[in-house]
Amino acid sequence: MEFIEFKDCTKIYKNGVTGIANANLKISKGEFVFIIGHTASGKSTLIKLLYREEKPTRGSVCVGGIDVGKLRNNKVYKLRRKLGIVFQDFKLLPKLTVYENVAYPLESYGYKSSEIRPLVLRALEQVGLKDKTRSFPHQLSGGEQQRVCIARAIVNKPKLLICDEPTGNLDPETSKEIIDVINNINQELKTTVVMATHDKEIVNRMKKRVIVIKDGLIDKDIQKGCYKE
Amino acid sequence: MRFFRIIGRSIKASLKSIFRNFSLSMASITCTIITLILVSIGILLSYNVNHITKEIENELTIVILLEKNVTTEEIQATEKSLKDIANVDTIKYNSKEEIKNNLAKESETYAKIIESWEEGENPLQDSFVLTVKNVKEINETATTIKNMDHVAVVKYGESMVNELIKIFDMVKNITLVLVAALILVTAFLISNTIKITIFSRRNEIEIMRLVGTSNFVIKLPFLIEGFFIGIMGAIIPVLITIFGYDYAYNHLSTVGLNNLLNVISLVKPTEIVYYVILILFGIGALVGMFGSVRAVKKHLTI
Repeated sequence: MEFIEFKDCTKIYKNGVTGIANANLKISKGEFVFIIGHTASGKSTLIKLLYREEKPTRGSVCVGGIDVGKLRNNKVYKLRRKLGIVFQDFKLLPKLTVYENVAYPLESYGYKSSEIRPLVLRALEQVGLKDKTRSFPHQLSGGEQQRVCIARAIVNKPKLLICDEPTGNLDPETSKEIIDVINNINQELKTTVVMATHDKEIVNRMKKRVIVIKDGLIDKDIQKGCYKE
Repeated sequence: MRFFRIIGRSIKASLKSIFRNFSLSMASITCTIITLILVSIGILLSYNVNHITKEIENELTIVILLEKNVTTEEIQATEKSLKDIANVDTIKYNSKEEIKNNLAKESETYAKIIESWEEGENPLQDSFVLTVKNVKEINETATTIKNMDHVAVVKYGESMVNELIKIFDMVKNITLVLVAALILVTAFLISNTIKITIFSRRNEIEIMRLVGTSNFVIKLPFLIEGFFIGIMGAIIPVLITIFGYDYAYNHLSTVGLNNLLNVISLVKPTEIVYYVILILFGIGALVGMFGSVRAVKKHLTI
């Protein structure tokens, strides 16, 4: 069974702009997929539909058996607990330490402190930040902040990791490291990864499935693809 | 268990957040302090105005002069009929002899005049002094009495009483409206200040949503924080109410207002202060909680 499925999915914004038109797409468990396209091509819309930040206007989006479009606002958290999301701007809580940031989702789900500690330490170890638990986000470099964001995304062992331009704010060397961290998570934990990106080098180096979005339409879907204009 | 863990964490988070967002918390607390002081003054004023009007109302009496030469039996019969009137509260009988003696004691001039009367002569009339239960019905009661046998004159200062009743009603209504308006303004001001402080934390709320925190768990720390801020904002107004009102009460008594106008006295502090304290804490806590939850809710729609 497919893990993610878009069926004739269209998203038209209130101002009349079409984000995505008639998208049909299937992604299996454990895949690593790049979503590429120009700015305003619709790749962010596609990503936002996955974690129900946007609702499809027509058609449906299913993630792990949940029909995302039919999910009520106050039940969205149930979907998001099954996902990990990595953002371009990290979205860390500035007044919490690294440890507290990574522990935050589990605390808010009501986990016991004794359950939280090993999970947080394991996630921080996975991203190579075990020695920075007491730092605050502003004391870290961009790359380190992104690692904290990844640790927070994987701390609950999600089935799907959604990455929205995770290297957009990072230099090439740090970007490479971040992608390696995410790739390791995909390989070791068999987490499905969907990543929207601009970064040609990364896409070309990884040789993974590439979905090209152009003007809201799925233009190409290539296994072991490259970033070509 | 999980529920209590979440509540415990929310209390901890809310306390942390009050201190980590200290300047914002102070803005909300200051606003609460100022408005609750106004509410306290409003309540104390309106309560006292009501109290004073009631006291004045209680002082209003009806004086009945009986016909000359009424017999003892007739006086007793009249007293019985007066007792049967529903609105009559207390009845005091003054015989003309008593009145004569009292007058003689009151001043030398009266004493001299009374001395000039012949032995056994007494042109005064026997009288009753009544208080009524409901001042608004004093007109009807007086008319009923006027129509009774052996009653010569009924006096209660008709025009003044009617004017007083009108003024009392107006004052009561005005103070009520004032207090209600003050409470509304307080609610509005406090919840607006909270809204601004929460607006500056909308990123925080967005992140909570994105990592899968349920709306209830997002709202809870803000609810508790609003509660604490409301309570903290109520402390100073409560202290001002306790000490300020006590001072006003004692000060006005020593200045002599109470003696100057026999009828006017403020409500005793013990009778009213506890009640105002409860109201202030109640308004602070409720407005704090609902204000912050309402403000957070705005950022929870997707």
